[in-house]
Amino acid sequence: MTIARKALVWGLFAAGGTLTSFVFPSLIALFLLIASGNTPVGLEYGQIHAFAASWMGKASLFGVIFLALWHAAHRLRVAAHDLGLRVDGLVASVLYLVAALGSALAVYYLVLI
Amino acid sequence: MGTRQIELEVMRYNPEKDEAPWFQQYSVPCEEDWAILDALIYVKDNLDSTLSYRWSCHMMVCGSCGMTVNGEPHLTCKTFIRDLPDKVRVEPLENFPIERDLVVVLDDVMQKLQLAKPYIIRKDDPPPEDEEYPQSRAALKKFKQYTMCINCMLCYSACPQYGLSNDFIGPAALSLAHRYNLDSRDQGKAQRLDILADHDGVWECSFVGACSEACPKNVDPAAAIQQMKVDGTMEWWKQKFGLTGDKP
Repeated sequence: MTIARKALVWGLFAAGGTLTSFVFPSLIALFLLIASGNTPVGLEYGQIHAFAASWMGKASLFGVIFLALWHAAHRLRVAAHDLGLRVDGLVASVLYLVAALGSALAVYYLVLI
Repeated sequence: MGTRQIELEVMRYNPEKDEAPWFQQYSVPCEEDWAILDALIYVKDNLDSTLSYRWSCHMMVCGSCGMTVNGEPHLTCKTFIRDLPDKVRVEPLENFPIERDLVVVLDDVMQKLQLAKPYIIRKDDPPPEDEEYPQSRAALKKFKQYTMCINCMLCYSACPQYGLSNDFIGPAALSLAHRYNLDSRDQGKAQRLDILADHDGVWECSFVGACSEACPKNVDPAAAIQQMKVDGTMEWWKQKFGLTGDKP
């Protein structure tokens, strides 16, 4: 026997979960700060735009978006199973396809910046 | 001490006679400090000697008196009458075939415990008999929690995944394997992962966490399984890049 390829699927899921649990609360906090007129120094629109326009920034943003989408897709797949939806092949295909589509769109828009 | 009258609703099933399980009522005068197991013993001794159930130590050590009490898996020796309503339903553990009455067949899990290779595996020759593999206190602390398992199988009874498919290796066997993987004297992690990170192993767990809630010894099998998923992932990458000399 060998270790199943499920290790890869789960590894990306775990990486996405860990990353999202740090990044998304920060994003929400940043959104609330900016919306209330307290933009933190160094995080003005121009600076963030410049970061997103650099290749390093694009790569980081892609990493976050791809892993978050993969995490969400896998989480929903498992949740569907736990909730009694027992057509794993179909559920998995649809959800991973949506994640892949989202990732492809992310690449498109990141390149445009 | 006063007594309290408890209506015990006990599942009965004799595969040789009964078509399906059924419930029998017993009215039991319970002492204040009794556990459900005491009430069952009272029934057996005084009301109905045909009732079958497993027990041995009556002190949370042997792990044989696990049953479903009011819908939840419990050791009946530590489930006290004083914490329960006047009507108590006692059924065998869920997710297992019934042998008779409250006794279940545990053969499947006994096999799975062996899959975990629950013994120290060394790559080197065994040391001479007068030598030992030393271990620090800190190294012991890493896995000690997982040695507390008494194989009561409440975790299997609580696990929705095992309920769906008996192919899943399941909480107790996986946390037992993790106990040896974490042992500083052991070198068999890759061997175990080859079996336990295969299709019916750790990945089948969807981290509901019911096993850890049911565990009467605070072993936390759910945590063990998630940690093994990380180990399995690392091992998978190692094998992909040929970084491991551990392949059995």
